[in-house]
Amino acid sequence: MSKFVFLIPLLPFVGFLINGLGRNFLSKTFTGIIGSGVLVASFVLSLLAFSQVSEPGFTVQVINLFDFIKVAGLNIPFAFQIDQLSSLFLLIITGIGSLIHIYSIAYMHEETPAHFARYFAYLNLFVFSMLLLVMGANFIVMFIGWEGVGLCSYLLIGYWFGNNSYNNAAKKAFIMNRIGDLGFLLAIFWMLSQFGSITYAEVFAKASTAPVTVLTGITILLFIGAMGKSAQIPLYTWLPDAMAGPTPVSALIHAATMVTAGIYMIARSNVLYSLAPTTQHLVAIVGIATALLAATIALKQNDIKKILAYSTVSQLGLMFMALGVGAYTGGVFHVMTHAFFKALLFLGAGSVIHAMHHEQDIMKMGGLRKKLPITHITFLIGCLAIAGLPPFSGFFSKDEILAAAHDMHPIYYALGVITSLMTAFYMFRLYFLTFSGTFRGTEAQAEHLHESPFSMTFPLIILALFSIAGGWVGIPAVFAENAHKLSAFLLPVLPERHQHHHFSHSMELMMMGAVVLLIVVMILIAAKKFASVKSSEEKQLSGLGKFLANKWYVDEFYDLVVVKPVSQLAAFLSRVVDQKIIDGLVNGVGKGVQFSARQLRWLQSGQTGSYVLIMTVSIILFFIFQLLWKA
Amino acid sequence: MHITEILFWILTALALFSALMVVSSDNPVHSVLWLILVFMAITGHYILMNAQFLAIVNMIVYAGAIMVLFLFVIMFMNLNKDSEPQKSVWLRLAAVVSGGSLLLILVAALKDNGGYINSMKGEGSIGLIKNLGNTLFTEYVVPFEISSILFLSAMVGAVVLGKKESSTPAA
Amino acid sequence: MPIIPVNYYIFLSLALFAIGIVGVLTRRNAIIIFMCIELMLNAVNILLVAFSKMHHVAAYALDKTTTVGTEAQLFVFFIMVVAAAEVTVGLAIIVMLYRNIHSVDINFLNRLKH
Repeated sequence: MSKFVFLIPLLPFVGFLINGLGRNFLSKTFTGIIGSGVLVASFVLSLLAFSQVSEPGFTVQVINLFDFIKVAGLNIPFAFQIDQLSSLFLLIITGIGSLIHIYSIAYMHEETPAHFARYFAYLNLFVFSMLLLVMGANFIVMFIGWEGVGLCSYLLIGYWFGNNSYNNAAKKAFIMNRIGDLGFLLAIFWMLSQFGSITYAEVFAKASTAPVTVLTGITILLFIGAMGKSAQIPLYTWLPDAMAGPTPVSALIHAATMVTAGIYMIARSNVLYSLAPTTQHLVAIVGIATALLAATIALKQNDIKKILAYSTVSQLGLMFMALGVGAYTGGVFHVMTHAFFKALLFLGAGSVIHAMHHEQDIMKMGGLRKKLPITHITFLIGCLAIAGLPPFSGFFSKDEILAAAHDMHPIYYALGVITSLMTAFYMFRLYFLTFSGTFRGTEAQAEHLHESPFSMTFPLIILALFSIAGGWVGIPAVFAENAHKLSAFLLPVLPERHQHHHFSHSMELMMMGAVVLLIVVMILIAAKKFASVKSSEEKQLSGLGKFLANKWYVDEFYDLVVVKPVSQLAAFLSRVVDQKIIDGLVNGVGKGVQFSARQLRWLQSGQTGSYVLIMTVSIILFFIFQLLWKA
Repeated sequence: MHITEILFWILTALALFSALMVVSSDNPVHSVLWLILVFMAITGHYILMNAQFLAIVNMIVYAGAIMVLFLFVIMFMNLNKDSEPQKSVWLRLAAVVSGGSLLLILVAALKDNGGYINSMKGEGSIGLIKNLGNTLFTEYVVPFEISSILFLSAMVGAVVLGKKESSTPAA
Repeated sequence: MPIIPVNYYIFLSLALFAIGIVGVLTRRNAIIIFMCIELMLNAVNILLVAFSKMHHVAAYALDKTTTVGTEAQLFVFFIMVVAAAEVTVGLAIIVMLYRNIHSVDINFLNRLKH
């Protein structure tokens, strides 16, 4: 397998080079084919790798490509690790990545060839970085990918750089990520000093020798990294703003892959987390708090992409709760199903936005069911999946998380259920406002409504199929014994959750049924409230509604507490320290040189005689000096 | 006093006097002639020190070729009359004072030297052409060849500089 | 046997050198200044030959076949070579100068800076 594995990340990188360097003279067709082709090729290779991994008797493979850093006793190889976890992520990334690349060809067709190629170059670079992130056999390679995806996220959020608020959103995402990255970096340094290595195998082997406080520190720092990348409290505000980028980007980066990097990292270092219970509690608490907060905000948003973004934050929170309660398999399972249905929802939203000519306000939509039949069906499937109705994929993964939460503490379970109910409500609010009732947009928009081309609907259909069936790999034991294939597959990497209380199957079934019933009730309420909204006029919000619509005023709070003081400090530094002191120094040196040059200019008279005289006198002075020195 | 010492003093006096005359005479042609005299005195010193090859070369190249070149240029440009404007007295005084101080300081720096030179019978083959030639064409053949390149470039330079500019008008 | 201290030669050489310097400083005729430079070069040559002789005498007292001091004389030879080349180019420059400004007064050389 080591023969071809390096090709999986290399192909997107080659695509990046071709599209990036040739963007001024390649045609759109060519860049589209190259951009998507390399991804499909690496998807095929990933499938190959996956099939080899899933053969019985497979052991973890570490492929050393070259020595990356070799100083004194420290040797950090540039190595890839292929095991169950990374191969699963490879499939998700390259598979969904391929679909989204194909989708992008149609979605971005209005761009000029140069910008079109730039888009695909960024997208390929992103996939390359993401593959590095999941394939790395040590934390350094993971960090390289980690930084790479952060950069690409920045580039793609600010893809339409003509719009300044988009640029600000890009900067916000980048800076928030940097805060998290600092934590990750510190964790890497700490691991190096503690274990003398940052290769997964060695670190995890030595983990139990380290004191618990050290492990807690390392894991908290790692978690801070995950907070930034996976948009958890308090660093989540960049993700909704990141919707400034093109919609396929939101689907790929800000829903399906990059934001799950934090989950991957924690799942990867589950050995460390299992040894640090304090951090686990912290992860669970932060996760569920984020899930709740984002779900409440999503209830009152009107921008189709903002709702999906907050929904992503909320689902990520659920995943973190799963990791926090020790259900690593559940977290990874939800990453997978979430990747399917959230990518589907985003691409569906993209299809709607495409049809609406870049209108994103759901109050101005409605009744799109007839005009966009394929989009409608697939979007509905996505909504059902995320709401968690059986037999859609979301049901299985969410159920596993909730069961694990219940094992840990009922309060987690209760909060998790509330989040799920809110999710069902806001998703169907979105669905009904968009697809039911009457059209509330302008006449011009109504005339141009059309179903998207095949290259956009094709990924939707594929993703819809996976949103339905993707959960069947993790059927809980209550329905059938030994049907949880994913758990069995991941067992070598992720430990099985040890259960505190064992419910009887009937009890478990009853709770499951109750939750499903409540979700259905939520959907019906949403249908009653929003299925036939007539006017696009918004009701004047008050009290709690206004509070939620304004996203708990978190942005304003950050603005007041962090951004304003920092920009004031920056203004002070620029006005006083930079302009007065540093510029003063620099200009002073310049002025001093000019002044002394004016004074010395008379020496350069052009009279050779005076030069010789000066030379002679200098020689005399040198000799006198030397003689006196000797004496 | 041995004959060598007498010769030494005579040649020294001649060299110094002629050198002073080179500097002080008004007519450039006279300067050249006095300089030839200085070189002859120096050649005498070389012979006294048993450096026959250098003595001959000095005589032929310096006193002969180079000085003739000087003379030729002066004649060529018709500079033999005293047309040189004088520098101010103060400047000249400053020049003499600084030159004198330099002499003083160099003497002070170099005077503590116990070496001596005598002329013994039978010694002194190093100044002969045979020895110098041997060394020059074995050990020092590369610098020798390089100096030939230097000559070539000097020749080319002189031709280029001395050529009348036909295309551009004289400044 | 006549014994001449090497100091005499040093003084002679320094005196010639100083005269050369004074000449360069006092005169304004480029050709004379050039000749003064030649004078200074020759002063150095004398010094080199004197030192060569001094070392040779010291070594000869111990070994009759010694060739110590050859290098210094060769050095003088190379100085002459370089001086010849220098004179060629220098005189060409002076001729050029004369052609352009009709004078060999070095005080006019400061026009070069314009």
